[in-house]
Amino acid sequence: MISVKNLQKDFGGVKVLKGLSTEIEKGDVICVIGPSGSGKSTFLRCLNMLEKPTGGKIIFEGDDLTDKKVDLDRHRQKMGMVFQQFNLFPHMTVMKNLIVAPMMLKKIPEEQAKAKAMELLGRVGLVDRADSYPNQLSGGQKQRVAIVRALCMEPDVMLFDEPTSALDPEMVGEVLDVMKKLAAAGMTMVVVTHEMGFAREVSNRVLFLDDGVILEEGTPGEIFDHPRNERLQSFLAKVL
Amino acid sequence: MILTPFFLAAGGSLGKWIAKLHETFIENERYKMMFEGFRNTLVITLGALVIGVTIGMLIAVVKYLAEDVPGLKPFAWVCDLYVKIIRGIPMVVLLLIFYYIIFALAKDGVPVAIVAFGINSGAYMAELIRSGINAVDAGQMEAGRSLGMSRIQAMRVVVFPQAIRYILPAIGNELIALLKETSVAGYVAVMDVTRAGNLIRNNSFDAVNPLMLVAIIYLVLVLLLTWLLGKLERRLKTGDKR
Repeated sequence: MISVKNLQKDFGGVKVLKGLSTEIEKGDVICVIGPSGSGKSTFLRCLNMLEKPTGGKIIFEGDDLTDKKVDLDRHRQKMGMVFQQFNLFPHMTVMKNLIVAPMMLKKIPEEQAKAKAMELLGRVGLVDRADSYPNQLSGGQKQRVAIVRALCMEPDVMLFDEPTSALDPEMVGEVLDVMKKLAAAGMTMVVVTHEMGFAREVSNRVLFLDDGVILEEGTPGEIFDHPRNERLQSFLAKVL
Repeated sequence: MILTPFFLAAGGSLGKWIAKLHETFIENERYKMMFEGFRNTLVITLGALVIGVTIGMLIAVVKYLAEDVPGLKPFAWVCDLYVKIIRGIPMVVLLLIFYYIIFALAKDGVPVAIVAFGINSGAYMAELIRSGINAVDAGQMEAGRSLGMSRIQAMRVVVFPQAIRYILPAIGNELIALLKETSVAGYVAVMDVTRAGNLIRNNSFDAVNPLMLVAIIYLVLVLLLTWLLGKLERRLKTGDKR
């Protein structure tokens, strides 16, 4: 579904990504782990071109997103994204947050968009918050709404950028539960995370990034139980 | 007892004052100049506000979009030049240039003044609208884009409705400055409040009353605007569901 080919990114001469290549297949749940500053978030943000790569290619459903002629907005509709800081629209109710993009971009009638939003809110247990504003929600609730907002566009893949890092510890579980259900339902997911338990339990593949390259890639069993690379071993020793 | 003559004296001077006012403003129907001046001051201020906000909005959006769209760079450059030039020239000089050079054939100074003040105001509006847009968290634009909105769509439905909370009070302040600045319109023979007061002073040989009246008119208008602004800001705050 997404092929990443020799992806590179410089920030003002500093090489953050130094040539990454990987394949993301339909149904994959891929966790990206690594020390801070390793380029995990930049890698994820390059997948939907929120960061413009300085080199390499991102092929999504057959189209090269780094090609200047490609219609990025249309492709982004198929790639949901969940941010560390939620980024809900504070001037809109939860419901408006959920229906604004489907109505504007996919021309879905309001009633239909609302019905869909309500159904998805039900799945994350937030039907009663449809008329609330984001500031009236807890962090965990905000992040669940943010996930639903992305899902309302019916994406083919969901990108998560450290979705639980800004949450109080007691709220991490409710967000991870939603993500687990999503994975179980067959959604293709790429998750940058520090939640090793989640990575081990839910993902089918783990990428270990360090210093702008993929140092090791494998099943959770291979990565967590039989790490080969020395730096992965020392990283795991610190976080597990 | 001692107070009684004081009241009589005060009453006496009050009577004199009213007679003086009559002489200054009513004789030769001089008050009509004041009415015309008041009307022109309001017309110039509001006209210039509309032009200024329009120009400011246009420049702010062009400069914001140019950060991402290389094709807009030359336009952004032109906008920068405009802001730099306008902010570097005193308003009176700008007004004289517009009246005596650019619109040398114009018979009525009022439209010229509206344009000149509007173009001047636009440069300041551009900067304050831009800083309002920049005050909105960058994650908002990213969230909009990640859903598939174009830059302009995300600007319209996500960023701008939030930026307006910062922009409106600043525009109000600019409006107050603009109102007072129009007092130089008399330089191009426009009858505004200031010029009306000055003419009445000249014709009636009474300096105190016409000039005090002019000052009071501006003061009351500014106080009124300030009060309206305060109300607006409170409304924006209570409407803030962040």
